[in-house]
Amino acid sequence: MSDARKSNQPRLDRRAAIRVLLAERGDLMVVTGLGSTTYDAASVADDERNFYLWGAMGGAAMVGLGLAIARPDRPVLVVTGDGDTLMGLGALATIGVQAPPNLALAVFDNGRYAETGMQPSHTDSAVDLIGVARSCGIAAAFDIADEAALGEFAGRVQRKEQTLFACIAIHADEPPRVLPPRDGVLLKNRFRRASGVE
Amino acid sequence: MSDPASSSDWRDDIFAALKSADIRQIGYVPDAGHARLIELVQADPAIRAVSLTTEEEGIALAAGAWLGGQRAALLMQSSGVGNCINMLSLAKACRFPLTMLVTMRGEWAEFNPWQVAMGSKTQAALELMDVLVYRVEQEVDAAETVAAALDIAFNGGLATAVLLSQRLIGAKRWVK
Repeated sequence: MSDARKSNQPRLDRRAAIRVLLAERGDLMVVTGLGSTTYDAASVADDERNFYLWGAMGGAAMVGLGLAIARPDRPVLVVTGDGDTLMGLGALATIGVQAPPNLALAVFDNGRYAETGMQPSHTDSAVDLIGVARSCGIAAAFDIADEAALGEFAGRVQRKEQTLFACIAIHADEPPRVLPPRDGVLLKNRFRRASGVE
Repeated sequence: MSDPASSSDWRDDIFAALKSADIRQIGYVPDAGHARLIELVQADPAIRAVSLTTEEEGIALAAGAWLGGQRAALLMQSSGVGNCINMLSLAKACRFPLTMLVTMRGEWAEFNPWQVAMGSKTQAALELMDVLVYRVEQEVDAAETVAAALDIAFNGGLATAVLLSQRLIGAKRWVK
């Protein structure tokens, strides 16, 4: 087993990481997972082309898949945590089979359930999400621990050439929460309006 | 069971209803009762067939499809409804349109008692999550019921399920 997920690895600040991912978003559509990645995305801007999951844990990647299939003309980025990814691990297998070229998954991996008291997740010890993604057929899977590599990944997302997966090592901290709207109907309707389907 | 190569039957009529409603993505976990429909979906270049590892993935898939301007529907067996319960909160909280076509097990001449636990509670579980449930007992009603469920889902932003009864599908034959 690789020791890539151990705590001595260089790690990124999560708010710095989201700024790199969304710095030049162009017409990027973003789905965020339950919890901290939603606050991260909102900390950059409460963009109408962000769809935040305030529940439905384990569902972020599959929302991204349905969206990517429906909109092959647009890059779709799912930003979520290791806990959400672990709860919906089968989604990586489903996405590996579908292989939409315009879908990218970025997992902010702190090896913790930050929302509930920083309990260790499976990625803190035995589980290597890069290995899982590759085994599911997502060949372009990257272990990212610095901003230069993250910037390169963000560039790949825009090119829509193949399904992408990034495991982004972040510090286990809790920056101040930035809370976007929680009204699901509002989030849905404004997303559809902003992307020209309503 | 029906012969997949046989001429048009109620499954073909359901497929026609899905086409009429402009369904463009179908998420499914295979079931013998859905085999014919899955074949038809896979053969249609205008529909993306998405094989799922678990049924709850489909609820999220359908939400994403709608965000992107496409209509999705789901095919699953009654046991899979249990896997969907928390994910149905996504449909409810955001009022995503949703139609699930559910083949029933555990209710009519069932051989396997393990199927009865979920099969006997499928409708109640869906209704607990405010999914509108329609049952089909006869072939003649199948396509019309699916069309009605799709209408109310996509016109009203509501979650719907059509339960295709085990009597309709035919009990699974374990001992030939």
